[in-house]
Amino acid sequence: MLGEGILKGLAETAKNFAGSYFSAERLTTVEYPEQRIAPIEATRDFPFLVFDAENRDGGGPEWEAGLRCVACQICEKECPPKCIYIEKSKDKKLDYLGKAQYYPARFDIDISVCMSCQICVEVCPFEAIKMDTEFELSTTDRFGGLLLDREQLAKPNEYYHKIHPTEAAKVDAHLAGEKAKADAKVKAAADAAAAKAAADAAAKAATAGGEA
Amino acid sequence: MFDTMDQIFVLLQHWLVGFLPAGWQPLAGVLLGVVAIVAVFPALFALTVLLERKGLGRMQNRLGPNRVGPYGLLQPIADAIKSLTKEDIVPLSADAAVHFLAPVLLVVAVFLGFAVLPMGRNMVLVDMDAGLLFFYAIGASTELSVFMAGWSSRNKYSLLGAMRAVAQMISYEVPLLLSSVAVVMITGSLSLTKIVAAQNQYTHGFPHWYIFTPWGFAGFVMYAIAATAETNRSPFDLPEGESELVAGYFTEYSGFKFALFFLGEYLAMFSISGLGTTLFLGGWSAPFSFLGWIPSWIWFFGKLMLSIFVFIWLRGTLPRLRQDQLMNFAWKFVLPLTMLNLFVAALWRFLGEGWERWVFCSAILVVVYVAMGLIGMRRGHFGPRRYRYAE
Repeated sequence: MLGEGILKGLAETAKNFAGSYFSAERLTTVEYPEQRIAPIEATRDFPFLVFDAENRDGGGPEWEAGLRCVACQICEKECPPKCIYIEKSKDKKLDYLGKAQYYPARFDIDISVCMSCQICVEVCPFEAIKMDTEFELSTTDRFGGLLLDREQLAKPNEYYHKIHPTEAAKVDAHLAGEKAKADAKVKAAADAAAAKAAADAAAKAATAGGEA
Repeated sequence: MFDTMDQIFVLLQHWLVGFLPAGWQPLAGVLLGVVAIVAVFPALFALTVLLERKGLGRMQNRLGPNRVGPYGLLQPIADAIKSLTKEDIVPLSADAAVHFLAPVLLVVAVFLGFAVLPMGRNMVLVDMDAGLLFFYAIGASTELSVFMAGWSSRNKYSLLGAMRAVAQMISYEVPLLLSSVAVVMITGSLSLTKIVAAQNQYTHGFPHWYIFTPWGFAGFVMYAIAATAETNRSPFDLPEGESELVAGYFTEYSGFKFALFFLGEYLAMFSISGLGTTLFLGGWSAPFSFLGWIPSWIWFFGKLMLSIFVFIWLRGTLPRLRQDQLMNFAWKFVLPLTMLNLFVAALWRFLGEGWERWVFCSAILVVVYVAMGLIGMRRGHFGPRRYRYAE
């Protein structure tokens, strides 16, 4: 009958209206500043730089010395909106593998340009740049305030573990594997050198004995 | 005690006017009434906007505004300050004079309508013999200011909105008037105070409101439909059509002029609800004779707010009509039914007291309503849209 649908609709909205005062599960609104829901693990917004707390080579504060970034500039080149700006250092310092590497003298990300695509994270061979979950970044200065420098970007590995635990554990395992490989290589090289030295010494001794 | 409470505003007016010399008293009395209307209804507007946002929120299982003050009660004040401090932009190619006049004229015209509404016993600013006629004459002039706004903005959306508004308001003006003519036929007067007085009688404690008669109920429903369309409220909000036309005829308005349009829309809602209350819901009379001790103005404003709530409820429920549905509905359904209602009202008058008139009048209306609905649905004038090619 004509008008039936309107009455049904009115009943529906009336049910909503009354129901919203009595059943809390109807109101799905999270009143944001006071109430928050924990972000899901895959949340991402802007990149940050990971540093390891155990101080590596080089001076300066912990965050500067511990940066994993070696200023290879792959992320800068791959970044689709070109929001990363890196200046390579003149000198080198030892990384966690004990290899001499450059480090970023300057590393800026313009988060007003960043589109949160995560390509920088995908391309980084050193596990140095990861995605953050911090979103309360509003500022009164839209140019300077949104251009984050090294110090603002650097965050400890523990923080990474806190926001993305599964991913961070995988990354740690990978780095430990690399480290073990490098150590084994060093050890093998040392062993080989030692064996060679011993052989040389033995040969020398034999020659000396022959002469005698 | 009851009389004091009932007549408190009238007594207040007399007391204040009493301080002036006798020659000034009539003018001062009228001015006081005007000030009261100009103060009360915008205050009610502020309250209604908040209630509407809260109510719509609840209908959609949201909370609604709750940030400014406790429960968001100070939201209207924040909105007022915002609209006052915003820049008033007039488009370069707009007709500046007409652009300025349109919102002012709208609000003035809408305010004039309140002059003849009886808001309580003896509480009417101008007790006109042809009050109803005056109300409709003034109400029709709002169409002019809507078109002025749309035309002077020199914007395609404004003009489209204004054209829709004029087409819609003229179409629905006809059923609006015809549905109230039935009341005039029964009462025999165009005076709104007399219409209320005719309904302010009780049999066995029940009132003689016109909505409780077959022709009155049908008339009220059609009046409500036409009033919703006349005030450009959802589901008849095509002139604004925010998802299609930005804001329709007031797209190019900003700052306080925008607020005036907003005010005008709500004031129109109040005045048309007030008239509907007066015509069909017994105006300021109490719903049962034993409730007569509650002051009359409380009943009037209570019924007014109830109608406003129904407006909000409809807005929360119904989607917007298409232009052709709007016109079909007005000319092919509501208009014939209002015509029939005039006939039914006449029948009611001449069948005399007794049960026969109840049966006959109800039967005619129900049969015609059902038949027209069925035919209309079958022909596709109403009901869900059928797509010929895209299934």
